[in-house]
Amino acid sequence: MLYDLLFAPFADYVFMQRALVGTWAMALGATPFGVFLLLRRMSLVGDAMAHAILPGIAVGYLLAGLSLTAMTLGGLVVGMVVAVLTSMVTRLTRLPEDASLAAFYLVSLALGVLIISSKGSSVDLVHVLFGSVLALNNAALLLVASIATLSMLTLAVLYRPLVLECFDSAYCRSVSTFGVWTPVVFLVMVVLNLVGGFHALGTLMAVGIMILPAVVARLWTQQLGTMLALAVTVAMLCSWLGLLMSFHFDLPSGPTIILSLGGMYILSALFALRPQRGKVDSVRQFLQ
Amino acid sequence: MVNPPAISFHDLTLGYGKHAVLRHLEASVPRGALLAVVGANGTGKSTLLKALMGELKPMSGSIHLQGFGWRDLAYLPQRVALEQNFPMDVHDCVAMGLWRQVGVFGGVSPAQEHKITDALATVGMGGMQHSTLSRLSGGQMQRVLFARLLLQDAPVILLDEPFNAIDTNTTLDLLKLIQHWHQQGRTVLTVLHDWGLVRQYFPATLWLTDGQAVYGNTAKVLGQQSERWVA
Repeated sequence: MLYDLLFAPFADYVFMQRALVGTWAMALGATPFGVFLLLRRMSLVGDAMAHAILPGIAVGYLLAGLSLTAMTLGGLVVGMVVAVLTSMVTRLTRLPEDASLAAFYLVSLALGVLIISSKGSSVDLVHVLFGSVLALNNAALLLVASIATLSMLTLAVLYRPLVLECFDSAYCRSVSTFGVWTPVVFLVMVVLNLVGGFHALGTLMAVGIMILPAVVARLWTQQLGTMLALAVTVAMLCSWLGLLMSFHFDLPSGPTIILSLGGMYILSALFALRPQRGKVDSVRQFLQ
Repeated sequence: MVNPPAISFHDLTLGYGKHAVLRHLEASVPRGALLAVVGANGTGKSTLLKALMGELKPMSGSIHLQGFGWRDLAYLPQRVALEQNFPMDVHDCVAMGLWRQVGVFGGVSPAQEHKITDALATVGMGGMQHSTLSRLSGGQMQRVLFARLLLQDAPVILLDEPFNAIDTNTTLDLLKLIQHWHQQGRTVLTVLHDWGLVRQYFPATLWLTDGQAVYGNTAKVLGQQSERWVA
């Protein structure tokens, strides 16, 4: 009974195995960068970037249909261009960075939806926006796994500068040239993971597997190493749970994965509170 | 006898975009000087330190570092620039001061571990290696950052408003450390607002005002400025 509920779908169906491998690869590659996005107070920047890659994917789709390579390259190029333009607009105008990003991502989202709608069907649009984790083919799996591998290698090399730059950027720049280009490499890796993630979870959901596990882990720990390990574990666990719910209740798999993470976040917010009288009392009052 | 200059500013103009905040600064800071940088908000004190660190290019003029490179400068930015909720413990924060020795991949040797312990003891934070930064008070955090400066072991130290919102005991302890650095022959530039501290602890002062600068003996510089204000 328990086996049928929890393990049989993955043992019996190849598409479920592929979905699990794909989401676990994303958990290993994208989630650690989500932790650093959160620590840099850039969670919404990740969200905005996820929307901003849509026109690139749409142009790839316009030129070559649902081609993995074309959509990936399109997303990558536009993601980088938006990142650079946002930084330039922030520097050249009085707008804060979040305002520039909001402007770019709203325009990008509208433009992307318009391009896809002009050529394709609403099915194609749903595929791009919400992904199709149960239909990952070999090429898509290879892409996601390659990005995860590159992400882990990058993190292994850049871990120390990234921590330093994240905690005290002025100090990092004063002691090392890493301070100058670590943020650039970081942003490139975020865009790369978002582009890889869109194949499985779509442009709107891909950022969820980056940020939500990081938020959950942040609620439980004050140690960065533990936080990274916990975030990846939560992402893998919720991918598994989400896929199971999707299978048993015949629900779209991307949103169920993200909702599993959302459920974990709500539980964590309630139970991971520090044992401070004031906080516990305020939660009790809220619940009453 | 006056020491040879460690830092020289030649006709230095600094600013952001087209707006100059500091104009035509001409001054030399002798090696081993203990210098307070004072002036009202917006007169370019922090800007000057940023330019020294190479974070801001001069609009015109130049900065000369004599006998060392800008990598030999140790810099303590204002505390608002730091993320104190970062999930890190005191030990790891102080160990950042060893960056030049350990780099990206190097480990911390037992001798370096001793240095970390000693640095924390010096700033009155002995035994707190494993406390997380988020649990520290403002004063304790500043002590930890001074311990990191100790490990940097730099010949020139730049401090940007190190005593803002810090309790008196911590301020006095850290001032003793600054004086110790001065006695060791290090050059220390400190941005400060408290004239009392400047008069008591800093022999030389660079006063920035209205884009101009006055440099010299503290009593003389602050005396001139007081007269100007009274007049």
